[in-house]
Parts: sequence; structure tokens; C-alpha cells
Amino acid sequence: METLKYDLDVTPLREVNQFLHGDASGLNGKAIVIDNPNGAHNIAVGLKAELEVTIKGHAGYYAAGMNQIAKVTIEGSAGSGVAENMMSGHVHVKGFASNAAGATANGGLLVIDGDAGLRCAIALKGADVVVGGSVGSFSAFMAQAGNFVILGDAGEGLGDSIYEAKIFVRGKVKSLGADCEEKTTSAEDRKILADLLVKSGHADVNPDSFQQYGSARTLYHFHVDNAGAY
Amino acid sequence: MTDDKNKEIAHKVPQTKPRYSATFDEYTMSEIRRAAATGIYDIRGGGAKRKLPHFDDLLFLGASVSRYPLEGYREKCGTDVILGARFAKKPIHLKTVVTIAGMSFGALSGPAKEALGRGATAVGTSTTTGDGGMTPEERGQSKTLVYQYLPSRYGMNPDDLRKADAIELVIGQGAKPGGGGMLLGQKISARVAKMRCLPEGIDQRSSCRHPDWTGPDDLEIKIAEIREITDWEKPIYVKIGATRPYFDVALAVKAGADVVVLDGMQGGTAATQEVFIEHVGLPILAAIRPAVKALQDLGVYRNGKNSVQLIVSGGIRNGADVAKAIALGADAVAIGTAALIALGDNDPHLEDEYNKLGTTAGAYDDWHEGKDPAGITTQDPELMKRVDPVKAGHRLANYVAVMTMEAQVIARACGKSHLHNLEPEDLVALTLEASAMAQVPLAGTSWIPGVTKI
Repeated sequence: METLKYDLDVTPLREVNQFLHGDASGLNGKAIVIDNPNGAHNIAVGLKAELEVTIKGHAGYYAAGMNQIAKVTIEGSAGSGVAENMMSGHVHVKGFASNAAGATANGGLLVIDGDAGLRCAIALKGADVVVGGSVGSFSAFMAQAGNFVILGDAGEGLGDSIYEAKIFVRGKVKSLGADCEEKTTSAEDRKILADLLVKSGHADVNPDSFQQYGSARTLYHFHVDNAGAY
Repeated sequence: MTDDKNKEIAHKVPQTKPRYSATFDEYTMSEIRRAAATGIYDIRGGGAKRKLPHFDDLLFLGASVSRYPLEGYREKCGTDVILGARFAKKPIHLKTVVTIAGMSFGALSGPAKEALGRGATAVGTSTTTGDGGMTPEERGQSKTLVYQYLPSRYGMNPDDLRKADAIELVIGQGAKPGGGGMLLGQKISARVAKMRCLPEGIDQRSSCRHPDWTGPDDLEIKIAEIREITDWEKPIYVKIGATRPYFDVALAVKAGADVVVLDGMQGGTAATQEVFIEHVGLPILAAIRPAVKALQDLGVYRNGKNSVQLIVSGGIRNGADVAKAIALGADAVAIGTAALIALGDNDPHLEDEYNKLGTTAGAYDDWHEGKDPAGITTQDPELMKRVDPVKAGHRLANYVAVMTMEAQVIARACGKSHLHNLEPEDLVALTLEASAMAQVPLAGTSWIPGVTKI
């Protein structure tokens, strides 16, 4: 694989992103290394080619935002909204992730090795999110579809007003949000979980050690009796 | 006393007329009864229906001895507007200052959205998507399409972002500043559900805050992200509901907006609580001058390439409203409710059907129920067939052309060779309220309440 190097101390981010948005035929199969990210915002956003980007350090807000097809690895930690609205592809954060990691992501896989902050997987729309550590409060708020795996603990209000997304937690949940309840894991869901553990580098973790959560579906329609639940 | 005697006395004593309370009027009482019967707040579409200080309370002075008019039919009076030249490589150039406001596929039927695109394209203006994403019909029929980026991110797709001509980051809307969208189950058809990634038939409650940023510092990074993804080609608008226009506009400009869209409380919505629509936010008349002041204070008001344009909306109905909004400092206006009426919403020829729904043509606002006889605010496959996108688009084009010509009539009478040359000095107010809000003198005086030192 051909490897190209960019140093953000030398090359402006605009130039790097412009290159990464080039014609797919010229980018497919390339590996790009970005040195000295130093927490810059919006690194490798809007990718849409089959390439591999490695960010050699910490990234700021929205790293790999709206990703399509590409594989992005952040060797350090990521700021707010990493892989937000990802459509497909693979984003891997080796450190920690700040708030709203994987927000509204439609597809692809987001793997965070460390902890994630508040509102992780908020309004998830179909992507898979695996967090090796714990997640902050209000995670999976209004999550619509997709799978959210937490190897550590979850904060307050997990899955508040959740729709059809599936949450799997190995550790403790401080509290569940409105309309989120414990679910029994079906054979089909166990397979989804087991596959995600393998894909995210946690093949050694037993899928049976997780508790599943999902929507009680009592708030799907406005009803006077539900007024107190909000 | 006998009954006969009672009747006699009653007949002789003069009776007062039955008197309704101004406080507990008929509508108020009907609302109390409705609430008592159902236990849930009233939801409806549209904007504020109460009487508000509005453009009707302003008049143009016109030219005379001290001002020189332009020939009505011969001399040029420009109506075009350039939006988003500050940072975008591809600014928008529209032939008229009248644009079409954001309305979602979901709230509106597919044929209605297509008609908006056709009408807008015919007169050289833009139309705007809404909560729920971009449809191929709409993109295909709209030469200039503004793509809304909303808190819910329903249907948000980077491919569509790249297909758009401009991106409107929606923070709020005039009908419900501080509130999120609402689309009830009757309108969550299979197609709408799929586009929004929701179960079919549920009552959708959109979020009121963006999921991945909070506050103006984050907004700046979010705008930068969208610019990066679209390679700095497209203008980025920020839409706000009119609440604290001076500060909100200033923060939007500082965050990097190319265009600010300011929506007053008369601006419509597909569905929200009646109490929200009528009691939160400002009428557009009160919001324009503070917004313009913010642009002026930041040095971005009609300052060549370093300009941020202001689009105002909420109750724009005719060319006079357009001219007044522009004279108060807006660069363009947006129409929503008026555009739907032009397509055929609330049309008297459907009176029998409106009666069946317990209402009357002109007052129908239960758009959330999806039973719109005009086929516009519905996802019912039979009802939506009533909208002929070509004919309805033609009516919209006619209407926008009339508004533009009407605005020209006024501008020429004031001696202006472009709508943008209209200015507050051309206006006076008929009421104290309008005078204070629009910051133009009360007619026949030099007095502006709140401005003139006593």
C-alpha cells in the first residue's frame, strides 16, 4: 500500500482535507499518515474513498466526521463528535473520546478503546459503536437504530427516549432514561454482539457477560398518561 | 307570585345584552373545554394567528419635490441578490429577493415539494429542504436548493450536503424558538419513516438542540466542519427564530455564517403546540432592526465582499411586505405559508371538505393530522394526487413574480433603482408600537419611541 505523509505543522489542514476529497480513483488503496495533529478540529472530515488515514496523536472536534468508506485511526484521543454522522467505513480511537462520539452515525463501525464522554451515540441512526471503557451520561439519547456496545459502565439516563437501537452494557448502568428498559438477548442479538466484539478487537470478551437494553416503546405515541415520563 | 307575574316583570325590566368576557372569549372557552376533555395540549400547524404589529403598520413616503421618482415601467429597478460571497467559492445569485423557506418532505407531500422547486426555479429563486432530508424530486426540480442541517439530522447525508447549493444550519424557527420538530404518526408513511430511520407510524419528536455542539464556540467549529466537507464551495446560512436578534445574529456572524435567516413568530410550522406558537418569540417587525444593527456593529452589513446577508421571514404576503422588510435592512425575504396558499392550501373551492374536518377554508391548520384536502400537508397517497406539481409550481411562480413587481412599484415610487436602495428613511409608522419596533417615525411626526430623546 502506498503511504503518503502530511505534517500539520507544515501543511494547512485545508490542503490536507482537499487532497483527501480528491477523485476516488486516485485515492483508493492509499494510506495517509497525518503527523502533528495537535488537537486540530475537523481532521479527515467528509472522506468518501477507500483509503486509510492514521492520525498520529490527538484530534479535536469532529475528526472523521461524516465518514464514508474510509478507515480512520486516531492514535491519541478525539474531541467532541468523532465520526459524527458516519455513513460507512471504520473509525478507531485508540485513546479516549469526548462528548457526542458517533452522534447520529448512520453506518460503519466506531471503536473507542478508552472511555467516551457525555451523549455517546446520541441519536444513533444505524451505525455500530463499541466503547472499550465507560460512557458518560445521556448516552444513546433518542438512538434510532444501530448497535451500541459498552464494555465498562454507563452514566445517568442511558438510552433516554430510545427508538430501535440496541445497547449492550457489561458494567453497571447508573440509571436508565425514559422509556429505556432491560431486554432479554435473543440468539440473533447475541450474534450481533459477538461479531462486534471480534471486529473491535475484543474477541476474548464473553458476549454472555452483557446486559441488553432497548426501547419499551411506550412513548412512541403521544398520550396523556405518558406526560409524567418526559 | 305566579309564573305569569314573573314573566310580566321580566318583560318590563330592561335586560342587558348577553355579554362575552374579553378575557374569557369564545375561543378561550373552547380551548378550556377541549383541554378538559382530552388532557393534552392542542397541536396545530401554521404560525401565530393573533394580531401583531406588522408591516401593515408601516407606510412608504414615496417621492415628491424633495425626492425624485423613477419611471414606473421604463427605468430599471433591480431585484437580484447575491448571498454568501463572504467565504464561499460559489455564492448564490438569485433574480428576486423572494426565496422559499424550508419545509420538509414529510410535513409536505412529494408533489408539493416538487411544485415548490418548479415554481422557485421558474422565477430564478431558491427553495429549501426541511427536517427529513432531500428527495430526488426536489433536487431534480430545483435549480438552487438550500439544504437544511437540523438538530434531528433526519436524512442527513454528506452526499446530499455536497449536492446542495447552500447549507442552512437551523438553530430555531420563529413559530417555536427553542423547540424541535414534530411529525405525528399519521404522516410517518413508509417512505418518510425510511428517510428518517424511524419506525413507521410513530409520533416523531425531533430534538431541539443539535446533538454534537453546544454554544457559539462549538458552532464555529461545526460551521468550519461543514465548510471543510464541502471544500469551502457553498454558502452557509444560520437560521434562527426571532428572540434576542441582536445577540443571536452577532454570535452567528462571529461563528462564521455567510447568511443569517431570521424568522419571526408569524412564520409557520408543520406542527407544534398552540401555546408555543402564540406565546414564544418576537413578531418579525420587532426583530429586523436589531439584527441589522448587529451586522453593522460587526462591519459586515453591505460591506462588499465582507458582507453577511440577512434573510427575514414570518408573515411576508405581498410586494409591500417585501419592500418594507428590505427597507428595514433585510437583503432578502423567505415565504412559507404564503407559498403554500399559492400552491392551493386552504382554497375556498374545497370548502365542503374543510367543513367535514370541522373547519373552514382559510382557517384549516390541523396539518399534523395528514388529512389536508388540498393534498399539500399530507402523506396520504390519494390526497397528494390532488397537487399537480406543474400547475401548482406555475401558480407559485406567478405569485412570486407579482410580489417582486409590486416591490419594484414601491421602490420606483421612492426613486430607487434597486430594491436594496430602499431604506428606513423611506418609511413611517401608523402606530406607536410599530414606530418603536421598526424604529421609524410615527407618521406626521419626527418621533420614534425609544430612540428620540425627550
